[in-house]
Amino acid sequence: MPTGSKMSEKQTAHMDNHHVPGVVYDPVAIKIGMWLFLFTELLLFGTLFIVYGVYLHDFNWQFRLGSASLSIPIGTVNTVILLTSSLTMALSIAALQRSRKGRSIGLMWITILFAVAFLVIKTFEWSAKFAHGIYPGSDHLLELTKGENVFYGLYFTMTGLHALHVIIGIGLILFAMKRVSGERTTPERPLLLENTGLYWHLVDLIWIYLFPLFYLIS
Amino acid sequence: MDPNTAEHHHVPLRVYVWVWVGLIALTGVTVGARYADLHHMAIFTAILIATVKSTLVLLYFMHIRFEKPVFTVMILVLLVTYGIFIGLTFTDYSYR
Repeated sequence: MPTGSKMSEKQTAHMDNHHVPGVVYDPVAIKIGMWLFLFTELLLFGTLFIVYGVYLHDFNWQFRLGSASLSIPIGTVNTVILLTSSLTMALSIAALQRSRKGRSIGLMWITILFAVAFLVIKTFEWSAKFAHGIYPGSDHLLELTKGENVFYGLYFTMTGLHALHVIIGIGLILFAMKRVSGERTTPERPLLLENTGLYWHLVDLIWIYLFPLFYLIS
Repeated sequence: MDPNTAEHHHVPLRVYVWVWVGLIALTGVTVGARYADLHHMAIFTAILIATVKSTLVLLYFMHIRFEKPVFTVMILVLLVTYGIFIGLTFTDYSYR
């Protein structure tokens, strides 16, 4: 197995050299590049979490009050949906590694289905808040305390930015699907799919912190 | 470990399923902890459970356990950097 994969690795590199002179397919370098990008994403959310921490300290009871207005069952369902989508994504990559192209694409469709379900639930959640006059800059919010304004401001900013990442993730998975079905991403060269998976798991990783910090502190 | 074999490491599918079971169970624990009267320990507990969950995601779903050590080192550098951000921010903030 080690020699076998080494051989195919070398052959791929050789083919690449033949195709584009001087360009070698280097899986480790490609993955390091992806991780460096993920680090910038983590620090982006990381700074928002620091802002959250400072204001939680300043406006403790107001944050608890705000948190009490969010639905724990809805938040839990969305958490389960996102965790399950991470499983189907990981299984999709595993399927491609085992040369099960059809299964890999099917699992990507299921992942997208979960992602859309997450967004639909999030939309209902936000709409319910809007219907109660809670949205950035609303008259109703101005009547509430400063702390509650900060809480809802952070809630909309952070879950909104997260939802944007879910949408981008769906786009990336669709692209990976096209590449896999066109056999541009193959069991020998799976990095595009693997990196798409890393992005998707990052979206999950961020939600793992967002969920308790917004829904479970009341 | 040889990088090429690491790239083609086939993780048994049941590992992913068990990690998922663990993540769902921990979600149950964190929601359950919300209803237990933990007072000021509530936030600490929530972050602790979230950190266990994210470690599972990093190690298995994101394959860090099966990658070359350089990835672990990179993540540790990130965590230390982030720790410095947090440390400096809160030190500055609490002495104003």
